[in-house]
Amino acid sequence: MAYNEKVLDHYENPRNVGSMDKGDATVGTGMVGAPACGDVMRLQIQVGESGIIEDAKFKTYGCGSAIASSSLLTEWVKGKTIEEAAQIKNTDIADELALPPVKVHCSVLAEDAIKAAVSDYKSKQGDSE
Amino acid sequence: MSRPIYMDYAATTPADPRVSKKMSEYLDIDGIYGNAASRSHIYGWQAEEAIEAARKQVAELVNCDPREVVLTSGATESDNLAIKGVAHFYEKKGKHIVTSKIEHKAVLDSCRQLEREGYEVSYLEPDSNGVISPDAVKAAIRDDTTLVSLMHVNNEIGAINDIAAIGEITREKGVLFHVDGAQSAGKIDIDLDTLKVDLMSFSAHKMYGPKGMGVLYVQRKPRVRLEAQMHGGGHERGMRSGTLATHQIVGMGEAFRIAKEDFDADHAHISALRKRLWDGFSDMEAVTVNGDYDHSVPGILNISFAYVEGESLMMAFKNIAVSSGSACTSASLEPSYVLRAIGLSDEMAHSSIRFSIGRFTKEAEIDQIIAEVRYAVNKLREISPLWDMYKDGIDLDSVEWAAH
Repeated sequence: MAYNEKVLDHYENPRNVGSMDKGDATVGTGMVGAPACGDVMRLQIQVGESGIIEDAKFKTYGCGSAIASSSLLTEWVKGKTIEEAAQIKNTDIADELALPPVKVHCSVLAEDAIKAAVSDYKSKQGDSE
Repeated sequence: MSRPIYMDYAATTPADPRVSKKMSEYLDIDGIYGNAASRSHIYGWQAEEAIEAARKQVAELVNCDPREVVLTSGATESDNLAIKGVAHFYEKKGKHIVTSKIEHKAVLDSCRQLEREGYEVSYLEPDSNGVISPDAVKAAIRDDTTLVSLMHVNNEIGAINDIAAIGEITREKGVLFHVDGAQSAGKIDIDLDTLKVDLMSFSAHKMYGPKGMGVLYVQRKPRVRLEAQMHGGGHERGMRSGTLATHQIVGMGEAFRIAKEDFDADHAHISALRKRLWDGFSDMEAVTVNGDYDHSVPGILNISFAYVEGESLMMAFKNIAVSSGSACTSASLEPSYVLRAIGLSDEMAHSSIRFSIGRFTKEAEIDQIIAEVRYAVNKLREISPLWDMYKDGIDLDSVEWAAH
C-alpha cells in the first residue's frame, strides 16, 4: 500500500520525540492503547502558569499512521491552552494526514492521548491545591 | 527505478529464466499452441506430448506415477478439490474431517464450507513450534472421519510436520490423508512411493514456475476417489475439467525438473544465507525466532523484534520486500492466526517479520538487509514507549492497558 506524503514525513522525521518527568506537577502524561492491539501512545505536555502548553513530547509503538498521528498532535498542541488542546478531534488529524478508513483508529488514539494528558495534568493540579 | 530486495519467496517466486524461456515456446503461431484434447492433428498431438513430458517431470521430483498427477490452477484449487472432493465422495462413510488451526486459508475455508454443509471439522492445536503431533491426529480420528488434511510445511514459520508418521496412523485407521505441499516441494525430500500420503497439493509459483498452475497428487494404489469440483469436458480423468494450459504446464514441468536437478545446490545456498541473516540479528536484545530454527525449511526466518510494531518496521525497510504477522498489513486488524496459535502474544505477533529467502537471493543482499533492519529497529525502539518501559524494568504484563 502507498503511504500519504504527510504520514511519511512525520514517520521519517518524527517531531518532538522524547520523555518528560512524570512526577513534575506541571507535566501531564497520557498513555493510551495496548500492546496487544498493536499501538500504544504516550503523550506528555508541559503546561505553563497561564494554562498554555509550552512543550509536548511523545513516544509511540504502532504503525506508521499511529506514529504520524502522535507526531502531528505534538505540533498542534504546543501554544494552545489545555482547554483548546482537549478540543482537538480525531477527524481533524485523520483529515490532515488523509488516513484511510482502516487507519482512522490511529487518530482516535491520538485524541484519547491528549485528553488523557490534559486530565492527568488537571488531577495533579487539583491534588496540589 | 531500482526495486527493493525481494525477501518474500514464501509468498511467490520469480519464474526461473529457464522456465519462462520454455513457456514462450508454447504460445504463439510458431510455437506448440494446440489443444491437447485435439486428437485429429499434429497440433494436438504435440501439445499432448509436451504435457505428458511435464507430468513426468512433476512425478519425478516427488516419486510418484505420472498418472497420479492431476493438473489444476494452483494449490488453492488442489486443496479445494482434495478436501471437498473427498468429503463429498465418502459422505456415506462419515462427515468428519481433521485439520489444524494453522493451515492455509485454502484448507481452512474449504473446511468452513463443509461445516456449512453439515460436516464436522476438528481443528488440531500445534505445539509451540508449529508442529502437529501424530498422537493428536490419532486421538482426533473417529469412526466417521474420512479425511485428515495437514500442511507439510507452514508458510509463516517454516515448521515441518512429520507426514511419514501421520501417514502410518491414517493408513492404519483407514482414513485418507491429504497434505498441502505448497511450501515443501523442492525444499525437502518428498517420496510419495514410501509416504502413506493419499493426496498432496503442489503449486508451481512457489518453486520458480508460473502462477496459476498446480497439481493435486491423487494416489492410485490404494485408489483414492473424489468428486470433481469443476465439471466439463472430462479432462484429467474426470477429476478436473478444462482445456489444459500447455505453456503453464510445461513451465511447471521445467520448474520441477530444475528443483530436482538443483535440489542440493538450492538447499546449501539458502541454508547458508539464512544462517548469515540470523547471525546478523542474534546478538540483538529482545529479538526471537518464531518456530524452531533447527527444524524448519531453510527458506523461512520469522523473527519478532519486541517493542516495535511490524508495519512501522516494514515502512522503515524501504529497500526490502518482506511480510509481517502484524494486523496492520491485512484488512482484518487481527494479527497472524498462525503466530497466535503457536502461543505468541498479540504483541509479539504484531512485532514479527517473515524473511523468506530463495534461489536468487545474494549474500550481499543479506548483508544490506542486516544493516537496514538493525538501523530501523534501533530507530523505532527509540520512539517506542514500550522499549522505555522494558529498559526501566517494568513488566508490560503487569500494566493495565486501556484496550481499544
